[in-house]
Amino acid sequence: MSILEVKDVAKRFGGLTALNDVSFQVEEGEIRGLIGPNGAGKSTMFKNIAGFYAPTKGDIIFAGKSIAGKSPHLIAGMGIVRTFQETTLFQELTVFENVLVGCHLRAKTNVFSALLGVDRDKQAQARDKSLQVIDFMGLSQRKEHLASELPLGTQRALAIAVALASEPKLLLMDEPFAGMNPEETNHMMGLTRKVVESGITIVLVEHDMKAVMGLCGYLTVLNFGSLLAEGTPEEVRSNQQVIEAYLGGAN
Amino acid sequence: MKSTAKKIAGGAALLIGILILPHFLKFHHQDLLIFLTINVLVVASYRLVTLTGEWSLIHAVMMGVGGYTATLLFKNYELGMWLTVPLAGGVAAVIAALLCFPLFRMTQFYFLIGSFAAGEAIRLTWIHFVYPFGGTGGLSGVEPPIVGSIDFLDAIPYYYLALSVVAVCLFILYRIEKSRIGLILHAVHWKAPLAESVGVDTWRYRALAFVIGSFFVGIAGALKVHYLGTITPNQFGVGFMVFILIWVIVGGYSKFYGPIFGVVVLTLFDESIRSFEEIRPAIYGAVLILSILFLPRGLESIPAKLKAWFGTGVSSNEPSSAEKA
Repeated sequence: MSILEVKDVAKRFGGLTALNDVSFQVEEGEIRGLIGPNGAGKSTMFKNIAGFYAPTKGDIIFAGKSIAGKSPHLIAGMGIVRTFQETTLFQELTVFENVLVGCHLRAKTNVFSALLGVDRDKQAQARDKSLQVIDFMGLSQRKEHLASELPLGTQRALAIAVALASEPKLLLMDEPFAGMNPEETNHMMGLTRKVVESGITIVLVEHDMKAVMGLCGYLTVLNFGSLLAEGTPEEVRSNQQVIEAYLGGAN
Repeated sequence: MKSTAKKIAGGAALLIGILILPHFLKFHHQDLLIFLTINVLVVASYRLVTLTGEWSLIHAVMMGVGGYTATLLFKNYELGMWLTVPLAGGVAAVIAALLCFPLFRMTQFYFLIGSFAAGEAIRLTWIHFVYPFGGTGGLSGVEPPIVGSIDFLDAIPYYYLALSVVAVCLFILYRIEKSRIGLILHAVHWKAPLAESVGVDTWRYRALAFVIGSFFVGIAGALKVHYLGTITPNQFGVGFMVFILIWVIVGGYSKFYGPIFGVVVLTLFDESIRSFEEIRPAIYGAVLILSILFLPRGLESIPAKLKAWFGTGVSSNEPSSAEKA
């Protein structure tokens, strides 16, 4: 069953068409790769799905409900959480506090409960959940470190931990491998597989082809805002249009 | 263990100092002490608003909303102070909640200007509508209560009254900041998109901080008018707002006690240069510029700096923050 259905989505900024009637479906439990040359519209597509942009046209269906144009926090509440291209973290908070913010949907409280302490059980649960996620992502040793002190690879793992803490059904990962060395890439691939095995569907935007080919069972290729091709990594790799798009199609 | 014992002793000494202080002061200084106590609440409540990263210019006017509410309730309905004070906070909070809808469509500079405009609109309402607000001349005849043989019009009893109210309010503000709500306010400030992506309704939290901050500054306004007896629109103009900003910036706003530190030190300083009446603004201005140049993180950063210079008494989690600085 498809968990996410993108239907004829277009996004225009003034005269610029960033996405042009793109449609695709993501099946539950897969790692879907969303690839394409720079400026193909991958990040714009993510922002439309996660609610940071509203599509100019078309619809986005998640688990049977339309989410197009809803606010990011509502979409997060329905189970879609994104990670960010750069290492977007609360740099001045500890690893634990970062993940604790991620537990917001479970732990949100009001002023009176916070003052009277009646939300104590809820907050204790959030702390337990945070520790669990930190352990799952292999960050237990770093729990009390500030996010700003972590090396790049660990920061990326933390970014995923923050997202996981909100218990998503669908995780949108925006270039989690960018700038990593081979060792960090291997580690991150392992973590990504672990996330999928825990029952979360992933859509991955990535330029690192080793990671994409190694992780994804099925790829969706965008070029100039339009859907160019879809298929298994082998099919896509041998697709003439895709090769031309990546090489510029000069010859 | 030793350091906790030291902290407790220090806290107790500070508490006793605050409690016996008015008995050693002249009448004029007792007055000043009461206003200082009230201003501590003004800056502490403003800090909650700044936690989300939005600096409003309406805080002084919200204090006025509380003051006018208390005045009107006292004069027209003869309500006692135990009712006018919380109601003043309540009315300020309700007005703040209504203002959230236009104001929090904006952020940053637009919010700054928007909040200033909204504040001026409220102030002009007080000036324009002589009934019930008294126009430019404002209103007078507000009195503090008399309970048994204690007349709170006297400075020392009123000081204890204001001190107790402010202490309770500070305790609540501190609890909010240390709770999950404080954590989320911080998150909204530094990485709003990340907060949104894990389900935080950032609009709601900005609004919440603004409403709570306004509630407590409304209480401060009621405390002030009950002691001063009169209220005018000009008490809550841009001039006072600038003072609030100066207190918070000079004190430092990354820690709860920073702004409180700022208002106390600057009030004492202002008083100590009273004899140089003519050049007082110039001295004040110079000190501000110097403090911003040399202490950009405010007076609150002095203890950490001292520790770094003398290299002793550094606790285990201090070095990391010192390295960053």
